[in-house]
Amino acid sequence: MYSDFLRDYLIVVFFGILAFAVVGAFIGLASLVRPDRPSEAKNTAYESGVDPVDGGWSQSQIRYYIFALLFVMFDVEAVFIFPWATRLEEYGMFGLVEMTIFIFILALGLGYAWRKGVLRWV
Amino acid sequence: MSLFALIAQETPQFLPQNIAFGVIAVISVVAALKMVTTSNVVHAALYLVLVLASVAATYILLAAEFVAATQILVYIGAVMVLMLFGVMLTRAQIGAEDDLNHDQRWIGGLVAALLLAVMSYALIDHYGDDRLPETIVPQTTAEVSDEIFSTYIVPFEAISVLLLAALIGAIVVARRD
Repeated sequence: MYSDFLRDYLIVVFFGILAFAVVGAFIGLASLVRPDRPSEAKNTAYESGVDPVDGGWSQSQIRYYIFALLFVMFDVEAVFIFPWATRLEEYGMFGLVEMTIFIFILALGLGYAWRKGVLRWV
Repeated sequence: MSLFALIAQETPQFLPQNIAFGVIAVISVVAALKMVTTSNVVHAALYLVLVLASVAATYILLAAEFVAATQILVYIGAVMVLMLFGVMLTRAQIGAEDDLNHDQRWIGGLVAALLLAVMSYALIDHYGDDRLPETIVPQTTAEVSDEIFSTYIVPFEAISVLLLAALIGAIVVARRD
């Protein structure tokens, strides 16, 4: 049973190796036939023909962090919903109530974010 | 006697797993070393992705499928996004930097060595010469679910409150007014 389990994942490993091999083969093949003349100008960011000013990175706004944190929250929620969904029928009413409480408490956070207006973009 | 021969003699049925573990462990350690030595913060975050992915692969080897999926979904998917946003929020300049290394690295190394010692002691103290069982039964997601919804039902509900507190805290800190 354990070896069957691992054999399933061996296919995943093979696909991963294959993906790297294909990409490597194509890039390697391309590097054999393409001309190679690197220059400083080719590495600059293309901005409609205008020379770029400053770097491409700037400090982003704190509001992005709220969205990232909301994502983490609902990601963790999803992690708990997956196992629950596999046994949903066995748990019946008990499982439904427990999961409803769980989702409701997390939805309170979303509601709070909504009320405080942090979801508004402009 | 070489290490591989020793492993093959001791546990012949686990030889492929041992080789796979060796490969994963090497990837993990190299990525971890690159993570702390690279001069680009974003590269460090991406090396951390590689470390976390190899940890997920180790979970697969230990037949803990659900834990591996959670590791990928939550740590690589969500926590890394959070960390990258954190880097983008706090540092105006992203790219190679020369001032990432400073005197505190020796203290950091000391803390890491202490942590290694404590964890090694805890593991050896608890497991000692114990061996993996001859037959390993992979844990299914349904079994994990049964554990959550019986033994760990209170922590499960407490997690929602914890997540709520984290979100409200972030909103309070991040709000404009």
